[in-house]
Amino acid sequence: MALALTDIHKHFGAVRANDGVTVSIEPGSLHGILGENGAGKSTLMKVLSGFIEADSGRIVLDGQPLDLNSPADAIAAGIGMLHQDPLVFLPFTVLDNFLLGTPGPARLDRISGSSELARMSAELGFDFDPLQPVRSLTVGERQQLEITRLLWLGAKVLILDEPTTGISAIQREQLFSVLRQLAADGLIVLFVSHKLEEIEELCNSVTVMRAGQVVGAAEMPIAPAELVAMMFGKVIEEPGRPEPMAGSEMLSMTGVEVTAGTANMTNLDLTISAGEVVGLAGLEGSGQRAFLDTLAGLIPAQKGRITLDGIDLTDLSYRDHMDSGVHYLPAGRLEEGLVAGLTIEEHVALTTRDQPFFLDWEAATATAEASIEGFNVKGVAENTAESLSGGNQQRLLLSLMPEQLRLLLMEHPTRGLDIESAEYIWSKILTRRESGTAIVFASADLDELLTYSDRIFVFFSGELIKVLDAAISDGEELGYLIGGRERS
Amino acid sequence: MDWSATLNSIVAAAAPLILATIGETISEKSGVINLSLEGSLRLSAMVGFVAAFWAGHALVGFAAAMLVGALIATIIAFGNIKLKINQIALGFVLYLLAVELASFLGDPFVGERGEQVPPLPIPGLSEIPFIGKVLFDHNLVVYGSFLAVFATWYLFYRTRAGLTIHGIGERPEGAFARGIPVNRLRFVYTVIGGALVGLAGAAYSLDVKLGWRETLTLNLGWIALAIVIFGSWHPVRVALGCYLFGALQVAAFQLQDVFPGVAQVLPIAPFPLMILALVMIYAGWFVRLGDRWPRARGWLLVEPPGAIGTIFERE
Amino acid sequence: MKTRTEFHPLPTILSVLAALVVSVFLLWLTGAPPFEAAGLMLEGAFGSADKIANTLLAWTPLVLASAGLVVTFAAGMWNIGVEGQIVMGAIAASFVAREVPGEAWLVVPLTLVAGVVGGSLWAMLAGVLRTKGHVNEIFGGLGLDFVAAGVAVYLVIGPWSREGTASTSGTDIFREEAWLPTTTMFGTEMPLLAVTLALTATVAVYYLLRGTRFGLRLKAVGQSPRSAFLMGIPNDRYILYAFAVGGALAGIAGAVQATGYHHKLVPSVSGGYGFLGILVVLLAGFSAKWIVPIALFFVTVSVGSTTMELRLGLDSAFGGVLQAVIVLFVMFGTAYATERRRRSKAWSSDP
Repeated sequence: MALALTDIHKHFGAVRANDGVTVSIEPGSLHGILGENGAGKSTLMKVLSGFIEADSGRIVLDGQPLDLNSPADAIAAGIGMLHQDPLVFLPFTVLDNFLLGTPGPARLDRISGSSELARMSAELGFDFDPLQPVRSLTVGERQQLEITRLLWLGAKVLILDEPTTGISAIQREQLFSVLRQLAADGLIVLFVSHKLEEIEELCNSVTVMRAGQVVGAAEMPIAPAELVAMMFGKVIEEPGRPEPMAGSEMLSMTGVEVTAGTANMTNLDLTISAGEVVGLAGLEGSGQRAFLDTLAGLIPAQKGRITLDGIDLTDLSYRDHMDSGVHYLPAGRLEEGLVAGLTIEEHVALTTRDQPFFLDWEAATATAEASIEGFNVKGVAENTAESLSGGNQQRLLLSLMPEQLRLLLMEHPTRGLDIESAEYIWSKILTRRESGTAIVFASADLDELLTYSDRIFVFFSGELIKVLDAAISDGEELGYLIGGRERS
Repeated sequence: MDWSATLNSIVAAAAPLILATIGETISEKSGVINLSLEGSLRLSAMVGFVAAFWAGHALVGFAAAMLVGALIATIIAFGNIKLKINQIALGFVLYLLAVELASFLGDPFVGERGEQVPPLPIPGLSEIPFIGKVLFDHNLVVYGSFLAVFATWYLFYRTRAGLTIHGIGERPEGAFARGIPVNRLRFVYTVIGGALVGLAGAAYSLDVKLGWRETLTLNLGWIALAIVIFGSWHPVRVALGCYLFGALQVAAFQLQDVFPGVAQVLPIAPFPLMILALVMIYAGWFVRLGDRWPRARGWLLVEPPGAIGTIFERE
Repeated sequence: MKTRTEFHPLPTILSVLAALVVSVFLLWLTGAPPFEAAGLMLEGAFGSADKIANTLLAWTPLVLASAGLVVTFAAGMWNIGVEGQIVMGAIAASFVAREVPGEAWLVVPLTLVAGVVGGSLWAMLAGVLRTKGHVNEIFGGLGLDFVAAGVAVYLVIGPWSREGTASTSGTDIFREEAWLPTTTMFGTEMPLLAVTLALTATVAVYYLLRGTRFGLRLKAVGQSPRSAFLMGIPNDRYILYAFAVGGALAGIAGAVQATGYHHKLVPSVSGGYGFLGILVVLLAGFSAKWIVPIALFFVTVSVGSTTMELRLGLDSAFGGVLQAVIVLFVMFGTAYATERRRRSKAWSSDP
C-alpha cells in the first residue's frame, strides 16, 4: 500500500509553494518531511489531505489514482491529517469531538460512541473522560483525541504537521511510541517537521524540502550534516549564544500573586536586570501567558508589588504600563498587533507618540520609509499590513516600537518564520539590550529559548516551577520540565 | 381568573413568534444571521394573505408565505456564502426592501377579510382538565409550533446532523477538515430557517391577527432576533423566551382596562424590555449565578456559536 | 466588519441599470407606465423652483444623517439607532422652539445646538449599552428607536398637543422666529442655511477621518479592536466618541426637520432618513466622498415618488422599493466583481 505523489505544483499568486514535488513512500514507513518554515511542507500536506487542490500533479495510493477535491475525498481514501493546532471544537465534549463528522445512522447513539471511544483509545494507550469539554485538555491530549478519531475512521495514511510544538517530553515519548506501533501495523506515517533531531530519532526515511522543491530523499540513518546541507543549501552556523549584557536591576516582583485563568502563582519574588533576556517556557495554559500579561498590565496582580526601574507598576493599567516604558508584542501579528487594512504609514502615524490632532502625513511617510529601510521590510509605505508576509509584519511591528524601552514583552516572537527571518528579528531585538531594555519572551520553541535567554522561567500547571540558567541547561532537561518532570 | 383560558391564549399568541425564532435559531446555529427577519415576516404575511385570499384556502397562503421566507433567506445565503457579502449589511437592506415591498404590493388589500385557520382541538386530549385546554385546544399553527420546537431540539441534540450543525457554526474549518461541506449545509439551514419565518408570517395574517396592514407584525421580528440570543440558541430556551414574552403581552393587554394609557405604550413596550433582558443576561452578577449553580449553567449563560456571522473560505 | 472603502465604477453602473430594469418590471406589474413614472419623479423633484427648494430641504437631513453614519461605521458600529437620534434631536429643537423666547438670531442657533445635544446624548445611550452593558448596538439602537418614537407620539398627543385635539398630526406650528431661515431666491424660499449645514458636515467628516489622529484611531478601533487596544487606544471611549459625533449630526438633521421642514413636531419627524442614510452610506462604500450625490439621487426618488402617488395612485412605498433594490443590486454587483478578481488572482500562473 504505497503512496506516491508525482510532480505536484501549487502556487499562491506569485509564490510557488510546491514546485514539482515528487515523493514516494513505502507502507509501514515512518517518513519524515523535513524543511524550514516556508519550504512548502505544509502546503504539500494540505494538498494530500484535500484541504487545497493542487494545480497539477498526481497522487496514487495503493495503486489507485486519487482525485482529492476536498477533505472528504481524502478521508474516504484513508488519509487523515493531524494539524499543528488540532482542529477540535473547544466548547464541545470529548465524545462529541470524537463523533462529529463520523459516518453513521441519523440518530446519534452516544452510548455506543462512548464505548467505541474507550475501546479505540485503550488500544492506543490513551485515556479520556468522554464528557470533559475539550477546551480543558492540553494540546497533547487534543492530539491524542484526534489521532484516536482518525484511526477509528480507518486512516491508512496518517499525516502529522509539526506535532511536537507545545507538548511535553512525556507526551512526545507517548506519541512516538504510538507512531512506531502504527508503522509496524503497516500504516504510512508522515511526520512533518523542521526539527532535525526528531526526524533522526523517529523516522526511517526522509524527504527534504526547500523553497517549494524536493532537494533530497534518503533512508535513515544519514549524517545530520548532510540533512542540514539539504535543508539550507549552505552551511548554516548555529546562532551562537549572544553575550550576556545584564546590568542593574530593572524589574522587581515581590510577593506577587497571579491567579487569572489557569495560573496559580503565589509569592513570586523575582528580579530581572536591565539588558537581560528571560525566556518563559511551558506548555500552553501553564501560566506563562498570565505571567506575561501581568507584566504588561493586562491582568492586575493580586497582592505584592511590581516595580520597574523605581516606578511602582502595581495596579496600574495597560496604558500606564505603556507610558512607563513597557511594550507588548502579541503573538497574533495581524490580528492583535497590526490593523490589517491600514497602511504602513498609517501605522506609523498611529503609533508615533505626541501626534498633533491634525496629522502630519509627510512626517509619517518619511518615518515609514526610514523604518522600511532600517528593518529591511519588503514593501512600500502605502502597502497595507495584510499585504506583507509574516516576517515583514514582524519587522514592521519591531520598527513601530518606541525608542526608549524599559521592558520588552514578546509572545512567540518568531512563530511560523523561517530561520533567516527569525535570526534577523532576534538581532534587532537584541540591540535593545544596549540601551538597558529588559526582555521577557514566551516561546514554544525550546531551541529559541535556550539560544537567546539568559535565564528561563519554567511554568507548569499554573505555577513557576523552576528558574534555569540557559547557558547550562539543554533541550532534554527543558523538555521534561515543561511536562512537570525532572529529567530522570 | 380562568388560568387555563389565559394560558391557552398565551400559547396561541406565541405560536408565530416561536416559528420565527426557531427558524432563526436553526439558521444562526449554522452560522448565518438573517437580519431581515422583520421584513421577511411582513412580506410573507402579506403574500400569504393575498395568496390565500385569491385561492380561497389558507393552506395556499401558508405555502406561498413559506416560499417568500425561503426566497429571502436564499438571497442572504447566496450573497453571504458565494459572494462574501456581510450578513448584517445584506440582512438590513433586505429588511428595508421587504418592508417597502410589502407596503407597496399589499396596499390594495388592506382591510380585506381573508382566510383563517380553523380551530382543531385534539379529540380526547383536549378534554383533559386544564392541560387539555392549554395544550390541545388549538389549531394546526399552534401544533406546528410545538412540533418545530421538539423537532429542532431532537435535531440539535440527538442526531448526527445536529452535531454537524453545531460544528459548522462553531468552527467551520474544523468541520471542513472532517469532510463536512460547510457552505452547502449553511445554505440549506439558512433557507430552512427562512421557510419557518415565512410560515410565521402567514401565521400572523391568517391566524393570530387576521388580515393585512403595515403594522401587522408590530416589529416583533426584531424581538425574535433578541429572543434567539436570550435563549442562547437552544430551541427549548428560545421557546420559553417566546412564551414569557407572550405572557407579558397578554398581561399588558389585560392591563389596558385598568390603565387606559397602556394602549399607547403597548407597541413600544417590548423594546425597552428587550434591552433590559439583553443587559441582564450579560451582566456580571447574572453570569456569576452560573458559578453558584453549575447545573443551571446551561440555562443561564449565553454562548453564541463561535463562528456566527463569519464567512467561511477554504484557503 | 469591513468598513474600508472600495468603489468599483463599472459593476456599480451595471448594477444600477439592472435595478432600474427590475423597477420598471415592478411598475409594469402594477399597471403604471414606466417612462411617465420616471418623468413624474424628476418633475416632482425638480419641476419648479419651489420643488427644488423642497428637494434640497429633504436632501439636507439625509446628508447630515449619512455623514454621522460614516463616522459610526468607521468605528465599526452599526448605528441602527440613528432614527431615534434624529427624533431626539427634533424633540430637543422643538422644545427650544416652543419654550425659549427671543429673536431668531438667538433661537435658531439654540435649536440647532439642542438638536446636537438631543441626538448626541441619545446616541451615547446606545453606545453605553454597548460598551458597558454588552448589548449589541443593533438591538440597543433599535430599542431606542422605538422608545424615541414613543416619546414623540406621547409629546404630540399629550403635553404638547394642540388645543382641543389630541391628534397625531402634530403640535402647534412653531412661531416664525424659531423657523430655520431660508433665503428668497428665484421666487421661492431656498434653504441655503440647511444646505450649507449639510455640506459643511460632509466636508468636516471627510477631513476628520482622513486627516486627524482621532479619525485614524477611530478606524483602527473599527477594524481591529484588539490591536487598537494593544496600541494604547481606549476602545470604549472612542466608540462613545463616534456615537456622540454620529448622534450629533443626526440630531441636527432632526432639528432641521422640525424647524426647517415641518415647522412643528410630528411623530414621523425622522422621515425615515436614518435608515435611508444607512443605504446611502452602504452605496457610498462607507466614504464621505460620495454621500452628497448619492443622497441627492435617493431624495429625488423619495420626493418624486410622492408625486407619483398623487398622480398615478401608486403607493409611495415604491420609492423605498426602488432605493433598496438599487442598493441590493449594487451590493451583489460589486461583490461579484470582487470575487471574480480575487479568483483570477489566485489562479493566475504568472509568478
